[in-house]
Amino acid sequence: MTDLYTSQRAMRNMRRAAMQRGVIAILDVGTSKIACLILRFDGPDRLREQDGVGPMAGQSQFRVIGAATTRSRGVRFGEIAVMNETERAIRTAVQAAQKMANVRVDHVIACFSGAAPRSYGLAGELELQDSVVTEQDVSRVLASCDVPDLGQGREVLHAQPVNFALDHRSGLGDPRGQIGHRLACDMHLLSVDGDVVQNLLYCIKRCDLELAGIASSAYVSGISSLVEDEQELGAACIDMGGGATGLSIFIKKHMIYADSVRMGGDHVTSDISKGLQIPMAVAERIKTRHGGLYATGMDDREMIDIGGDSGDWEKDRRQISRTELIGIMRPRVEEILEEVRATLDAAGFDSLPSQQIVLTGGGSQIPGLDGLATRILGQRVRLGRPLRVQGLPQAATGAAFASAVGLCLFAAHPQDEWWDFEIPAERYPARSLRRAVKWFKDNW
Amino acid sequence: MQPLTAQRATLRRTPPRRDPAPSKWAYRLQRWMLTPYVRLFLRTGLPTIVLLGGIGVWFSNEPNRLALVAQLTHLRAEFEARPEFRVSLARIEGASPELSEAVRARLALPLPMSSFDIDLDAARERIEALDAVLRADLRVRSGGVLQVMITEREPVAIWRTEAGLTLLDDSGHRVAGLLSRADRPDLPLVAGEGADRAMPEALALFDAAGPLLPRIRGLVRIGDRRWDVVLDRDQRVLLPEKNPVQALERLLALDHAQDVMTRDVLTVDLRSDHRPTLRLTPNALAELRRAQGIETVENEL
Repeated sequence: MTDLYTSQRAMRNMRRAAMQRGVIAILDVGTSKIACLILRFDGPDRLREQDGVGPMAGQSQFRVIGAATTRSRGVRFGEIAVMNETERAIRTAVQAAQKMANVRVDHVIACFSGAAPRSYGLAGELELQDSVVTEQDVSRVLASCDVPDLGQGREVLHAQPVNFALDHRSGLGDPRGQIGHRLACDMHLLSVDGDVVQNLLYCIKRCDLELAGIASSAYVSGISSLVEDEQELGAACIDMGGGATGLSIFIKKHMIYADSVRMGGDHVTSDISKGLQIPMAVAERIKTRHGGLYATGMDDREMIDIGGDSGDWEKDRRQISRTELIGIMRPRVEEILEEVRATLDAAGFDSLPSQQIVLTGGGSQIPGLDGLATRILGQRVRLGRPLRVQGLPQAATGAAFASAVGLCLFAAHPQDEWWDFEIPAERYPARSLRRAVKWFKDNW
Repeated sequence: MQPLTAQRATLRRTPPRRDPAPSKWAYRLQRWMLTPYVRLFLRTGLPTIVLLGGIGVWFSNEPNRLALVAQLTHLRAEFEARPEFRVSLARIEGASPELSEAVRARLALPLPMSSFDIDLDAARERIEALDAVLRADLRVRSGGVLQVMITEREPVAIWRTEAGLTLLDDSGHRVAGLLSRADRPDLPLVAGEGADRAMPEALALFDAAGPLLPRIRGLVRIGDRRWDVVLDRDQRVLLPEKNPVQALERLLALDHAQDVMTRDVLTVDLRSDHRPTLRLTPNALAELRRAQGIETVENEL
């Protein structure tokens, strides 16, 4: 646990160094595309004097000066499957973004969607020694949370204190300096497969970059796609990616649950490919140009050339109606949404006061998805697009870039995590000076 | 009509797109080129080095250097020879005709010449080396005129030496020679070694002389130390080394009261502050003694 603590703290320090240098790269390693954004930090509140622009959770601090996307290779289900292919894809994206930004970046913050994230809610409580809550008390109460058995080879990706309670007052954001006797905290812990993280680390290291932070893509797309009141009142963000569909639930501006369904747009494509006997590239093109979820009478007459280059005239001149295409796509999308529904039910989404659901990610652009999702997930569904940040090219403002944009916000304004607090004095090595000081304090 | 050997679609197809990923070294090179210091060096350092290197290589060749120097010299000469800078006339102002001739001879400039070639300072020093010239101002005026403004030295005294007569100005500097005293009867006469160096004092004495002035034949510097005032009737006033003017004024007061100088006095010695000492002529002395009833033996001793 201490090992993780130190490595995460090292990443935080690196992020701080990168912010001081002013340039940091954002890398979204997805199954269908790898996006790289380069951010320049100009210092805080550059826009403050212009009317109506507040601090906006930190997104006025930076501007995007480079953006590049490349087709992802060697990534399956949001996890790296072929290392050197992925490395080359990352290199392509980083190089193009650097070329556009005309600066060299050394620090990168990455996110990924796979690695089977699993959420845990932890609770800890502590009797305060003196009645005022200090920083040390916060660290101690965080340390007093009993960590569940994460399983073999799993690591903590996020560990965010969600709520503090002092005596009988709950819902405190920052208990420091307040008077009470018993301090309790709730912490949300997200664990992922350690191997996947290691692979990603290795890939980024092979590209001569240093990792300054790592995040779950479900979490960061929630940051960018949910508006402020949705984050406050409770909402779920469903990031329909290529290989995995991420799911994150927010309330009171904290993520309280995240999961992923290992199905996504690529499965729809492969269904089309298998069903129509056409290559994946053609299937992808047909899906994006003619795809849909609701068939009408008009669609029976709209014929789509599916082509082919086998040399067989009969095969190369095949046509299907759009209804047939919809008939292939719809069951798979329904299946994904059903899975999401099951996950939400398992997470207890029903008991949340507000049950807003926001669909985002590249898969959410299928026409008619909102209608279908309404039928499966409930009435309050909307399609979300990421927040607008300064300097983002028009091509990168779509729903497919929700996690990249969210990662920008995450880089500018990260949530306090467990490792951002000091180690409690008791956990220090035996001959620590602070422990000696504490002994003196206790005895005199 | 289609050919029998139908072209297969696969043959027409373009070759598969190359992998867009950069090679590891291309990637590293691009990152290296984007490093701020490297960019700075390439933008400023490298051009500077190349430029300086090229200039250095060119200059390391002896003929190149000589050619450049020759070119520059030629350009400069061409510029200086322009008619705008030509000085063709020297105008001398503020000097008497004889002095003007002397100055012109001393100037010795081969006019017309370029104003760049005229060394005005040296010319001024040459002119000021003339005794009669107190100050000379040279300037090149428009129209190619070299204007020489001369301030002459004013002779205020005549200095008689063994070599002859010399005119001196108020600082004691020589102005000109003089053939005879009669040429300048208006100027007082001084004599003796070092009289020129003590000229201000002599002038002060002449100023202070007042009623005695018509009788003064001249001042004599004794031992480069003090002055004697020589009057007519071979009278002589010996002035002290210090404060001679006050001593002379005392004498004038005495003269005014008792008419000392009109009497038969040979020398008035004012060298001592306490008392003036008179030396009478022998006749007057004998008369004085006789009046006092003192018999003296007259002999050669």
